[in-house]
Amino acid sequence: MKKKFPVYLLMCLISVVMLYPLLWLVGASFKSNEEIFSSVWFMPESFSAEPYINGWKTVTPYTMGHYFINTFRIIIPKTVFAVISSVLVAYGFARFDFPLKKFFFTLLMGSMLMPQIVTVMPTYLMWSGLGKNLLNTYLPLTLPSLFACEGMFVFMLIQFFKGIPKEFDEAAKLDGCGTLRTLFSVLVPCIKPAVVSIAVFTFLWTMNDFLNPLILVQQVRDYPLSLALRLSVDSTGQGYEQNKIIAMSVIGLIPSIAVFAAAQKKFVNGITAGGLSG
Amino acid sequence: MIRQTPKGYQNPVGTGKYTGLLLISPFIIGFFVFTLYPYISSFIYGLTDYSTFKPPEFTGFDNYRTMLESSDFRNACMVTLKYMAVLVPLKLVVSLLTAMLLNLEIKGIGVFRTIFYIPSILGANLSIVIMWQYLFTADGLVNQLLGMVGCDPVSWYGQPGNSMAIIVLLRLWEFGSTMIIFLNALREIPKDYYDAAKADGCGKFSAFFKITLPLLKNTIFVNLVLQIISAVQEFNAPYMLTDGGPMKSTYTLGMLIYDEMFGYGNIGYANALSWVMFTALAVIIAVMYAVSRRLREDS
Repeated sequence: MKKKFPVYLLMCLISVVMLYPLLWLVGASFKSNEEIFSSVWFMPESFSAEPYINGWKTVTPYTMGHYFINTFRIIIPKTVFAVISSVLVAYGFARFDFPLKKFFFTLLMGSMLMPQIVTVMPTYLMWSGLGKNLLNTYLPLTLPSLFACEGMFVFMLIQFFKGIPKEFDEAAKLDGCGTLRTLFSVLVPCIKPAVVSIAVFTFLWTMNDFLNPLILVQQVRDYPLSLALRLSVDSTGQGYEQNKIIAMSVIGLIPSIAVFAAAQKKFVNGITAGGLSG
Repeated sequence: MIRQTPKGYQNPVGTGKYTGLLLISPFIIGFFVFTLYPYISSFIYGLTDYSTFKPPEFTGFDNYRTMLESSDFRNACMVTLKYMAVLVPLKLVVSLLTAMLLNLEIKGIGVFRTIFYIPSILGANLSIVIMWQYLFTADGLVNQLLGMVGCDPVSWYGQPGNSMAIIVLLRLWEFGSTMIIFLNALREIPKDYYDAAKADGCGKFSAFFKITLPLLKNTIFVNLVLQIISAVQEFNAPYMLTDGGPMKSTYTLGMLIYDEMFGYGNIGYANALSWVMFTALAVIIAVMYAVSRRLREDS
C-alpha cells in the first residue's frame, strides 16, 4: 500500500489539471464579471442565474434553443447514416470475398490519412455548383455520412466482426435468414459496444465540428451551436458580459457531457476493445 | 458450409461474389464523390487563376511560383513545423507515461482513465476553446495562480512564444485519445515478459527500454502519424484563440488556406496551398514509414 501512495498522488494531481478548468468554467458562469478575474476558487460567492438567462437569448434574433434544434437536425441524421453505412461496409469487408477487395481495403486505410482541409474547399464548390439552395440545407453536412466516410469506424467494426465466430452466420442461414437479416438481427446485437461507440463518436465530433459548418452553412438562422457561440464571442468582445459568454459555453457542453455520461460504460468498452479513439 | 465459387472466392452460402462488393458500395461511391473528386478538382483549381470575382483561367504552376515568393507562405510553413515539432513529441511522451500509470493494477483506475479521457472528448468543442481563452487572459486563472506562487503575470497573447504555448498546452491537455491507444497496446504485453526480466535481474528502468518500447514500436508509429496529420492541419485553436497573432507567430498553414479561400476569395491559390500541405504530409509519412520500417521489423 505504501508503494501505491505516490502513484495515487500523481494521478490525483493530473486529475486536478484535467478537471479543474472545467469546474472553473461552470463556476465562473454563475459569478459576477469582477469575481471571474479575482478569484481562483471555482465556487461563486453567490449564484446568479442571470448569465444563463442572458446567454440563452444570445446576441442573435434566435435563442440557444433554436441553435440546439439546428444542431440536432444535423447530428441525428448524421449519426444514423454513419452507423448504418459503416456497419454495412464493415460487414462486407469482414465476411465476404470479392474482386478487388485488397485494393478497396487499401483505399479505406489510405482515406484515413488524407487531410480534411484539402477536401473542404472543393466540396464547398461542388455543393454550390450543384445548386445555390443546397447550401441552405444541411445536406452538405449530413449526406457524406451515408457513404461510410469515416474509415476509422469501418476499421473498428471489422475488428469486432472478426471476433464473432462464423458459426453464428451459418446458424442464422439455416434458420432462413437472408444476408441483411443475419447482419442486423444476429451480428449487430453481438457488437453493440462498437455500434454505440460509433454513434457516440459521431455525436461528439459533430458537436465539436467547427470548420465544416463554418464553410457549409451560410445563414445565421441555420447555424449550429458552435457557430452561434463564435458569433457571440465576436460581437461581445473582451471586458463585457464575460459571464454570459461563459454560461453559453457551459450550455454548449451539456449535450456532449450528457451523451458521454449516458453511454460511458459501453463506449469505453468499445474503444478499449476495438483500438479506436478520438 | 463454405462454397467454393469457380473463381475461388469464399463466400457464405447463398451469396455470390458480388454480394460483398454491393455491401461496400456506399464506401466506393463515397470515396469517389467525397474524397477522390475533391482531391483531383483541388489539384486542377490549383493550376488556375480563379477567384470569387473571375472565372478560372489555366495558368500552370503560377500559383506555386507565387507561393515560393510569398513571405506569408514561408512564415506559415515555419509556424506549422514549429508547432508540430513541439507538440507531437510532448504529446506522445505524456500519453505514454500516463498510459503506463493507468496500466498499473490498482483500485479505482477506471475512474482515472475516464477523467484523463474527458478533455480529449470535449476537445475541439468551441466551448473548450473559449474556456481556454479565459484561462490565459491578463488576469485569468493561470496568471492568478502564477501570482499566488510569486511569479509575475505573463502576457500570454502578447508574446509570440507564449501564444504558441497556449495552443500547444490546449492540445496537450487533450492527450486522452492518444493515451487510450497506448493503453490498449500496453495491455497486450504479457505480464510474463516483465516477470522473466525481473528474474534475470533486469530493473524497471531497463525493462521499459528493453521490453515496453520495442513492443510498442508499431503503436508509437500509428500515434505519431495521427498526431502529425492533425498538427499540420491545425486551424481551430489559432483561429479562435490568437487569430494567428501576435505578429503572425501562430498563423498556421490551415489558417492561411482558410483566409486565402474565404477571406480573399483566391480559390485557385488556396487550392494550390492545400495541395502543398497534402503533398508535404504524404512525403513526411512516407519518409517516416521507410525510416522506421527497419526499426519496426527488427523484433
